[in-house]
Amino acid sequence: MLAKKIPIAVCFLFGLFGLAQYFSPHPAAVSAYSTVLDWVQIIFAFTLLVGVVSLLQIHLGRVSRREKFWGYSIVTIVGVLVMAFFGFAGGTGRGTAFMWMFDNMQVPIQSTVFALLAFFVATAAYRGFRLRNIEAGILLAAAIIIMLGRVPVGEMISARIPEAAEWILNVPSMSAKRAVLIGIGLGSITTALRVILGIERSYLGRN
Amino acid sequence: MSFGEKVVWRCIVRTYPVLTSVLFCLLAGVALSGDLLSYSVYDTPSDGGGSITLEWEMLPGAESIRIDSLVIFRSIPESESWTRLAAVPIEKGAFEDREIVDGVSYSYKIVNYTSDETSEWICPYRVESKAQWFDSDRIPVLVGVLLCLLAMAGVAIAHRGGKPFHIRPIRGLEAVDEAVGRATEMGKPVLFTPGWGGDIQRPTTIAALNILGYVASKTASYRCDLLFPTHDPVIMAAAEEVIHEAYIEAGQADLYKADNVFYTTSSQLGYAAAVDGVITRYEPAAIFLLGTFEGEALILAETGNSVGAMQIAGTDSTIQLSFFMVACDYTLIGEELFAASGYLTGDAKVLSSVLAQDYMKILIVAVLLAGAVLVTLGMVGLADWIGMT
Repeated sequence: MLAKKIPIAVCFLFGLFGLAQYFSPHPAAVSAYSTVLDWVQIIFAFTLLVGVVSLLQIHLGRVSRREKFWGYSIVTIVGVLVMAFFGFAGGTGRGTAFMWMFDNMQVPIQSTVFALLAFFVATAAYRGFRLRNIEAGILLAAAIIIMLGRVPVGEMISARIPEAAEWILNVPSMSAKRAVLIGIGLGSITTALRVILGIERSYLGRN
Repeated sequence: MSFGEKVVWRCIVRTYPVLTSVLFCLLAGVALSGDLLSYSVYDTPSDGGGSITLEWEMLPGAESIRIDSLVIFRSIPESESWTRLAAVPIEKGAFEDREIVDGVSYSYKIVNYTSDETSEWICPYRVESKAQWFDSDRIPVLVGVLLCLLAMAGVAIAHRGGKPFHIRPIRGLEAVDEAVGRATEMGKPVLFTPGWGGDIQRPTTIAALNILGYVASKTASYRCDLLFPTHDPVIMAAAEEVIHEAYIEAGQADLYKADNVFYTTSSQLGYAAAVDGVITRYEPAAIFLLGTFEGEALILAETGNSVGAMQIAGTDSTIQLSFFMVACDYTLIGEELFAASGYLTGDAKVLSSVLAQDYMKILIVAVLLAGAVLVTLGMVGLADWIGMT
């Protein structure tokens, strides 16, 4: 019982403090908030360690049990250990082995993953813009106007096209976006209040 | 808004903070008249101290006289001399002196130098700054939060006798059972990931964990594997707790696999690559992309699509929502993600807050309409106060 009550009480106190300090510009409130943020950073640093240990445990277990795809686990373990070794042994500054591996291995791999986005946008657009019903037709028409409005050829066809593109972005698109944002804002406030008041406890495990 | 109206509005708005600061503003912020200028000097309201504001406006009839800039001077009680602070263009209308110490009384002088004459206005009162405990500029936010609380309490009281709630059907949430059932039938796992953009403090992450609890109870009942990769070790720890509890409640504690809840990396694209790898290798039949997503949203959704998974997504980013809509089977839009907890569990207290959200939305639409009408009629005071202008 206490295992649930203590986290709820801590959540209530810190939630209330976070809410109260938002309305206070006083240096005492700002300083207290800054201290709490420092605590959060410290907690995060410890949990990062927990995360890395958990990652290694899981992958070592997969390798030792020769689970399906265990070869990928070896790549992960080697990657974590090699980077950590060179980071601790030679530092992470310019000209170090760690930074060489970061610049020449990690960054290109990340760029490759990011580059996939261009192809995924194309495939998603192909599916999204297919003329299946009236709504999809409206979406397709709006997309054509906006795309033409953004390139010189659109203006060459008609000066009205860039204007129409701007209107679509600033009026129907913006109003829909704001409606969604109002919903998200209200949802965030009520979720935060539910957590602070202890009504929402699912994040502690189901009741 | 005229200068007079501004002063009236300020008085109305600033009646909320601590009484002493109101009295102080009234004493220190007296508008003084010279030949050309009306000006006032006061402790800057709603700040953490260390600031005094000077405001001025040309008096009617003085607009024809050319004044380019005003030079601001300050003196302290022990000193007879004036310290030059800055030359400020007259059209700026205000100057904030931030190089002061709280609790010290300062005098201010405004000087206008022209080629043939020099005019100066000395504030007859000394002004001192102090830190405020309450930021009156945030009263609209406080009003919003209090209204939310009132609406939640009101709805909860109205439904106290067990009166049923009517919440409109949310297709994305109705499809949760179908998605888990599909994965069970196909003998494939379910994958749930909360995105790279959030941490445990974000309401979106909390909302995602609420749905995770329900999904975990279903996977436990159906004896289906649930994979939970994440970029944040704190979220990992919370998710472990949520999933483990759900398995215990379902009476399937022995089916819980701690290895299925795992940390990947804190790097955005590293996380995207890791989750992509899990999706392509394990080919989950159902994927839940619920939480805070950024650039990785489409990478994950399209990969999920390529393995034929049934996908339910939801996020608080309007940009990523559009990607989810084209790549996923169901998308939770806006507040639907936050309503999920009450919707899935049927908890009356949570449902009352969901209903309160709808009432707040009606109120916001009413305020927006009223604001539009008032601004159209030239009455910008209310719009100004709630930050619409």
